[in-house]
Amino acid sequence: MLSLERVTKIYRLGAFGLKKLVAVRDVSFEIGEREIVSLIGESGSGKSTIGKLILRLIPLTSGTIRFEGMDISAMNSRCLKDYYRKVQGVFQDPFASFNPIFKADRIFRMVHDEFYPKMGAREWSEKVEGALRAVGLNPPDVLNKFPHQLSGGQLQRFLVARALLLDIRLLVADEIISMLDASTRVDVLNLLADLRARGLSILFITHDLSLGYYISDRAIILYRGRIAEMGPTERVYNRPLHPYTEMLMESVPRLDRKWEEEIRVEREGDAAISAVAGCVYAGRCPKAMDICTQQEPELREAETGHFVACWAK
Amino acid sequence: MLQVENLTVYYKTLRGYVRALERATFTVADGEIMGLAGESGCGKTTLGHSIIYLRPPMNYIEGRVVLDGQELPIWDMERMREFRYRHVSLIPQYAMNALNPTRKIGKMIAELLESREMNYDEILPELKRRLDLVQLSHDVLKMYPIELSGGMKQRTVMVVSTLLNPSLLIADEITSALDVSTQKAVCEMLVEFRDRGFVKSTIIITHDISILYQIADSILVMYAGQLSEKAPTETIFRDARHPYTQMLIGSLPKVGVRYQEERLRGIPGSPPQLLDPPPGCRFRDRCPVAFDRCVEVPPFLEISPGHFVACWRAY
Ligand SMILES: Nc1ncnc2c1ncn2[C@@H]1O[C@H](COP(=O)(O)OP(=O)(O)OP(=O)(O)O)[C@@H](O)[C@H]1O
Ligand SMILES: Nc1ncnc2c1ncn2[C@@H]1O[C@H](COP(=O)(O)OP(=O)(O)OP(=O)(O)O)[C@@H](O)[C@H]1O
Ligand code: SF4
Ligand SMILES: [Mg+2]
Ligand SMILES: [Mg+2]
Repeated sequence: MLSLERVTKIYRLGAFGLKKLVAVRDVSFEIGEREIVSLIGESGSGKSTIGKLILRLIPLTSGTIRFEGMDISAMNSRCLKDYYRKVQGVFQDPFASFNPIFKADRIFRMVHDEFYPKMGAREWSEKVEGALRAVGLNPPDVLNKFPHQLSGGQLQRFLVARALLLDIRLLVADEIISMLDASTRVDVLNLLADLRARGLSILFITHDLSLGYYISDRAIILYRGRIAEMGPTERVYNRPLHPYTEMLMESVPRLDRKWEEEIRVEREGDAAISAVAGCVYAGRCPKAMDICTQQEPELREAETGHFVACWAK
Repeated sequence: MLQVENLTVYYKTLRGYVRALERATFTVADGEIMGLAGESGCGKTTLGHSIIYLRPPMNYIEGRVVLDGQELPIWDMERMREFRYRHVSLIPQYAMNALNPTRKIGKMIAELLESREMNYDEILPELKRRLDLVQLSHDVLKMYPIELSGGMKQRTVMVVSTLLNPSLLIADEITSALDVSTQKAVCEMLVEFRDRGFVKSTIIITHDISILYQIADSILVMYAGQLSEKAPTETIFRDARHPYTQMLIGSLPKVGVRYQEERLRGIPGSPPQLLDPPPGCRFRDRCPVAFDRCVEVPPFLEISPGHFVACWRAY
C-alpha cells in the first residue's frame, strides 16, 4: 500500500545552510494492507523525519514514496486532499501540534470544514464525542479548553481522536503513547489493534520495545538514519541479527531483573550525527572488524523477510 | 530533605477551580530518588511545578513546602527566583525540544548563569568536569541543540540543571523520548549525580514504571489530583495496597506478550473530572472493591514504616 524507495532527507543547518545533516539515508520499506509496522530507534535516528516525509510535511531530498502506486511528491492539491483523507499522522510533541491561542477542539472543527462541510452540527458533535470516548477521554472534561489547560496525555489523545474522525487507511503514529500511563497505553494500543482489524494500516513509531512487540507485525530498527534490521517482529526480537538490536533487547528495563545484574551496556557514542564512510554503528559495535569502518554494509535479506545491514552476518 | 505538607493547588478557570492537586503530604529524604507515577492528567506535572514555578492560572490554596528545614515561598514567583537552580531545579516535560535552536549550548548556559548573577568563566571548569563525567565532549558547548542526538541533549539538560548542586531535582518525563539504551544511560546518570552529592533528593515523573523499578528508591502514585500510595519500590511492585496501584502495575506490558495471544487490559472507566469532582474516594467509580465507606475521603495513612495508602480497604 505504501512504499518508500531509497528515501533520503538532508537538512541544512546554520545561517547560510552550509552545514548538512543527513537525517535519513537510503531507506526503503513497505507497509501492506492491515499491517502494523513498528519503527524503532534512538532519539535522533530519523523516525519522525520518516513520518513527516510520508505525510509530505517536509520535502524529500531524494527517493520516492508511493501510496497505492502514486508518487506522493507528484500529487497536486486535489490528489493531496484525497491523500490526507486516507493518510493521517499523530505527532510526538502534542504541545507543538496545537496553536495556543485557540481552543484545543478547533482541530476537530478544521476536519469538519475541510472534509465534512455538509455534516450537520448535531451529527458532527456526536461523531467527535464518539471519537473522544474511543481514546478514553470524557468529552465534557476536555472540550472547550485551551491547550495549556490539558495535560500532555490528554492532548495526545485529542490528536488520535482527530485521526479517527476520518476514514483513514494509514495512520502514522509517532510516539503516541509515550505520554500516557500504563493502563491508558494499553487501551490505546488495543484500540489500534481493533482499527487494524477494521482495515487500517499503522506505522507505529516508538522507543518502547515491549509496546512494539505487543502490537506490530513487522519491526524496523533504525540507527542514525539507516535501517539496521527489519523483519517479522517475533524474529527481530527473539533472534536479532544486528549487534545494535541485540544491545537494545538486552537493555529493555524488566520487572524481573535489575540492570546491575546484566551485562553493562556501553554509553551512547559521542560523535554528533554526521555522515561516515563505513557502518554507522561501527563506533559503538563490539563486533566491528576492519571492513566496518571502511565500507558501508548494504541491507540484505538474511532469511525470508528478515533483513540486516551488518558485515558480521 | 523535602517535606510537603497538605499542599493544595488549583487551576482557576472560567468555570471554577480545577482541583489538580489536593492535600499532598509526603517527604523525600536526602539521597532518595522518588518516582512519581499515575494516570495521564492526574496532576504530576502540577505537583512538580507547584514546588518551583507556581504561577497563574495555578492558584496556591494551602500547604507548606519545606526544603532542608527552610520553608519555600512557593506562592511568590519573584522570591522563588533565588531558590531556582541553587536549591530546586526542574527539568520540564519536553525540555529537550525546548532548547532554543538558534543559540549554541555554551551561550545558553552563559545567559542562564548571568541571569542568576554568576560568571560563566568561573563555572566553566566545573561544567567541563561534569561534561566529562557524563561522557560528553566539550565541543557540545559550541554546538546547536539540533546537532545533538536526543540522549546527548538530555544529558546536557541534566548537567545544566544540576550545575549549581540543587538540593532537589524534579525531572518530568526526561526519558520518554529516548530508546532503551539511552534511557538507561540517562538513568545511570541520575543515580551517579545522587551518589556524588550533586543533588540530594530527586523526583522523577514518568510513565515508564519499569524504569522506576530499576532506579527509584520509592514510588509515589497519584490518582485524580490526590496521593494514593507511597512506598519503597519493592513494596509497590510486590505488595501494593491501593486498588489503583495494583491495577496500574497489572497493566504493564512485558516483553514477550503479543496482543494476538494475550490481550492486556487497561482499567475500565475514566477518571472523574477535576472541575467538580465527586465526594469520597476519587477512584470509587472504577474500583472493583469499593464499598459504602468509600463515599468518605480516605486519609493518606502510614500503614507500615514508609508505606502510605489512601484506601478504606487498606488500613
Ligand atoms: N527541521 C530540522 N532541521 C534540521 N535538522 C533537523 C530538523 N528536524 C530534525 N532534524 C535532525 O534530524 C535528525 C533526525 O531527527 P528526527 O526528529 O527524525 O529523529 P527521531 O528519531 O524522531 O528522534 P526522537 O526519538 O528524539 O523523536 C536529528 O539529528 C535532528 O536533530
Ligand atoms: N492551565 C490549566 N487550566 C486548567 N486545568 C489545567 C491546566 N493545566 C492542567 N490542567 C488540568 O489539571 C490536571 C492535571 O494536569 P497535569 O499536567 O498536572 O497532569 P499530569 O499528571 O502531568 O499528566 P500527563 O501524564 O499527561 O503529563 C489535568 O486534568 C489538566 O487537564
Ligand atoms: S477507598 Fe474504596 S473506592 Fe477508594 S480505592 Fe479504596 S476501596 Fe476502592
Ligand atoms: Mg521523533
Ligand atoms: Mg505531565
